[in-house]
Amino acid sequence: MAQAKINKVRISAISCTVPANTVDNNNYEWITPDERNFLIKNTGIHFRRVAEKAICTSDMCTDAAERLFSDLNILKEDVDILVFVSQSPDYLVPATSMTIQDRLQLPKTTAAFDVNLGCSGYVYGLFMLASMLSSGNLKKGLLLAGDRATDSQNYKDKTSYPIFGDAGSATLIEFSGNENDVLFFDLNSDGSRSKAIHIPDGGTRNPFDENSEEEVEFEKGVIRSRRNLHMDGMGVFNFSIDEPPKSMLAVATLAGVDVPDHDYLILHQANKLINETIRRKLKVDVNKCPSTLNEFGNTSSASIPLTIVRHCEKNKIVNGKMLLSGFGVGLSWASCSLEMKNVNVTTIAEL
Amino acid sequence: MTENDFYLSIEREIGEIDPGTLKADMAFNEIPNWSSMHFLIIIALCDIEYGVKVTGEDFKKCKTLGDLYAVVKAKR
Repeated sequence: MAQAKINKVRISAISCTVPANTVDNNNYEWITPDERNFLIKNTGIHFRRVAEKAICTSDMCTDAAERLFSDLNILKEDVDILVFVSQSPDYLVPATSMTIQDRLQLPKTTAAFDVNLGCSGYVYGLFMLASMLSSGNLKKGLLLAGDRATDSQNYKDKTSYPIFGDAGSATLIEFSGNENDVLFFDLNSDGSRSKAIHIPDGGTRNPFDENSEEEVEFEKGVIRSRRNLHMDGMGVFNFSIDEPPKSMLAVATLAGVDVPDHDYLILHQANKLINETIRRKLKVDVNKCPSTLNEFGNTSSASIPLTIVRHCEKNKIVNGKMLLSGFGVGLSWASCSLEMKNVNVTTIAEL
Repeated sequence: MTENDFYLSIEREIGEIDPGTLKADMAFNEIPNWSSMHFLIIIALCDIEYGVKVTGEDFKKCKTLGDLYAVVKAKR
C-alpha cells in the first residue's frame, strides 16, 4: 500500500504559465448553441488556453520556473534536482528535463528526469520530490508539471475537444529540517482500466502508420483518429467519483485531519460535474474548493498548482491546511494532505 | 424514495425541464435535448442522493426511466 508520511520538507513557491491564446467554448461550432450552453453549464468550462504549435509544455514550464527564480530571488545553483511531469514531451528522445536543465542554466550537478503521468502527476511529483529531499542529502528540488493536452484532441470529438486546456507549472520544494513540516500521501494505480483514457498509436506497441490519421465515427458528434485521445466518459466519470474520494478520506485519516476540516480542497480540475460530485460526497464547503475550470478547462497535471495560484495570487502567499487530489489517465490517482506555510505564489503569466 | 421523487430529482439536476415531464415509460433519448452528458448527471445524482452506483452496464439494461428506477431501488 502506497501511503507515506514525509517530514522535514516544505513547498516554498509555486508559479504557472499559460498560453495567451484563449478559446471560447461558445464558439465551438461542431455542436449546436443549445448543446454548447449545456456543455458549459455542466462541465463548468467556458474558456480554455490553447498553445500555438510553437509553444511546447517545456516552454510554459521553463517560463514558470524562470519567474519563480527571478521574482523570489532564488539562486539557480542551489537547485539539486529537477523533475518534469508531462505526457507532452518535446521529443520522444531525449527526455525533456535535460533540455530544461540547460535552458534554465541549472548546474550540471542537477539530477533531472521525466515522469510520464497526467492528471495525477502533480501529487505523484510532490511525493517523489518530498521523498528524495526528506533525507537532507538534496536541499532544493524543482517540480515542473504541465501538458499541451490540446495537441491530441480532435475538433470533431465533442466529448473531449472542449474539455482540455494547456498550462505549465513550477513548484519549488525544499528540505527544511523541521520535523513539523509534514506531507501525507496516498497513491494508487489501476492499469486494468488503462483504455479508459488513451492514445492508441504513436508508441512502440502501435507505431504511427498509414491508418493512424484515419477518422472513425464512434457515436454522433464523436469522431477520432488513432493519434487522438480516446476517452470513455462514463467509465472515467464513475472512476472519478468513486476512487479519488476514498483516497482523500484515507490520506485525511493518515494526517489526522478530517476532509472538511482542511482549509482548502484542491481537486484536479476534471470537469464541474465530477468535481462538484466529489465535493458534495466529501461534504466540503464550496468556498473551500476553488475552481479554475471556467477560465482554463482541464489542464492535466498543471491543474492543481494553477488552481492554487489563481486562488491565492492576490495575496502572493498561501497558508493553510490543504488536501490535494489528482486523478485520471492511467488510471492513476493520488492525494496529499499538507500544511502550506508562507508559500510564495507569483501571478499567472501568459506566453 | 418514491418513484415520483426519483423523476423529480432527475428533472431538478438536469434543469431546463418542466416538473412532471419525465415519466416511467419514457426512453432516455426522449428526455429533451438528450446527450451522453445526461447519463453522467444521473450517475452523480444516484451516487449523492441515493448512495447507489449506476454503471454503464446498468444503463445498457435499461430502456426507460422506469427501468432505471427499478435498478436504483434494487441497489439501495
